[in-house]
Amino acid sequence: MKTNLKKLAADLNFEPLSGINLPDRIPQSAYVSDLLSDVIGKAQPGMLWITSQVHKNIVAVASLKELSAIIVVNEREIDDEVVKHADEEGVVILSSHLPAFETAGKLYVYLNQAE
Amino acid sequence: MNLYKADLHVHTCLSPCGDLDMSPRNIIQAAIQKGLDMIAITDHNSTRNVKTCLEIAEKENIFVVPGCEINTQEEVHCLAYFPDLEAISEFQKYLDRKLPEIENDPDLFGYQVAVDEDDRIIFEEKRSLYLGIRDDIENAANQVHALGGIFVPAHIDRLKNSIFSQLGFIPFDLKYDALEISKRHSVPEFLKMHPELQNARILRNSDAHQLEDIGTLTTFFRMPELNWIFFKSAFERNAFGSEILNRDSEIW
Repeated sequence: MKTNLKKLAADLNFEPLSGINLPDRIPQSAYVSDLLSDVIGKAQPGMLWITSQVHKNIVAVASLKELSAIIVVNEREIDDEVVKHADEEGVVILSSHLPAFETAGKLYVYLNQAE
Repeated sequence: MNLYKADLHVHTCLSPCGDLDMSPRNIIQAAIQKGLDMIAITDHNSTRNVKTCLEIAEKENIFVVPGCEINTQEEVHCLAYFPDLEAISEFQKYLDRKLPEIENDPDLFGYQVAVDEDDRIIFEEKRSLYLGIRDDIENAANQVHALGGIFVPAHIDRLKNSIFSQLGFIPFDLKYDALEISKRHSVPEFLKMHPELQNARILRNSDAHQLEDIGTLTTFFRMPELNWIFFKSAFERNAFGSEILNRDSEIW
């Protein structure tokens, strides 16, 4: 059974920063990159995006690429303005307290189990 | 109006990747030999070699713009130019607050030293100047502008440490005074990829890390006189252009 965003966030302990009422999206795999140009080029619609970038351009990129959610790693601090912007754009930002490697590892196992 | 030839992106021995031969004395000498009227000193995340450069330039027929190449939190490189030493010293305080407390490894990145007019070491920066500061690009731009400075995202056509590589596109509300295109592309080549920047003010500079690089890419400024006031207003008047264009018809 495929998982939805809400269950995934709860199961993996990702804290929703924007989109508190998580939309009913089914994440399809994930992409890890801190270069927004790379994400624009390579990420596919429906993916989760793991990054340590917190600049507000991440919201536009996630929206443009129709990504399921941005997962910001290492509990990096994000400006309220960025979170507000994400809410306006319907972009979900989740915060992971783990570094990118552990975040991606857990997510990989989880998504494959859920399949 | 006069035409002045400028290279506004020159590193010194203070930059981790800057050659140790890049002392203020050698840089000024090389710049004069190359026929430059104006250079900007732009070390990574530090301004501590600017003063010596200005002191040497005072005795010579060349205008030195105090500057810095900021590496922002997003790891975007941005050039900043300042009116005087007072502004530079204020900006240095900002950098000192925002630099990550991570030690430089001279074996890997080279020594980061400021020197006097006779190439004697007067300061060694122990913190790494190679890393991004703890502030975002908009805040960095605001700091520069608050001190009366000029803010220019650097080598925006590069695949690393550029506004496009790091942020995908230029943030809509970022306040910048010009954009720098590196030697990797000609201006027409770049504008073909980014037609939305047709009206942008574009600087070309060498990004010299070694003496022989100085003046290998330059921008011409049209100004009545060589000083900061006219230099700053050149950005408002768009009174500069790349040397690869025809001087009379295409630049202005």
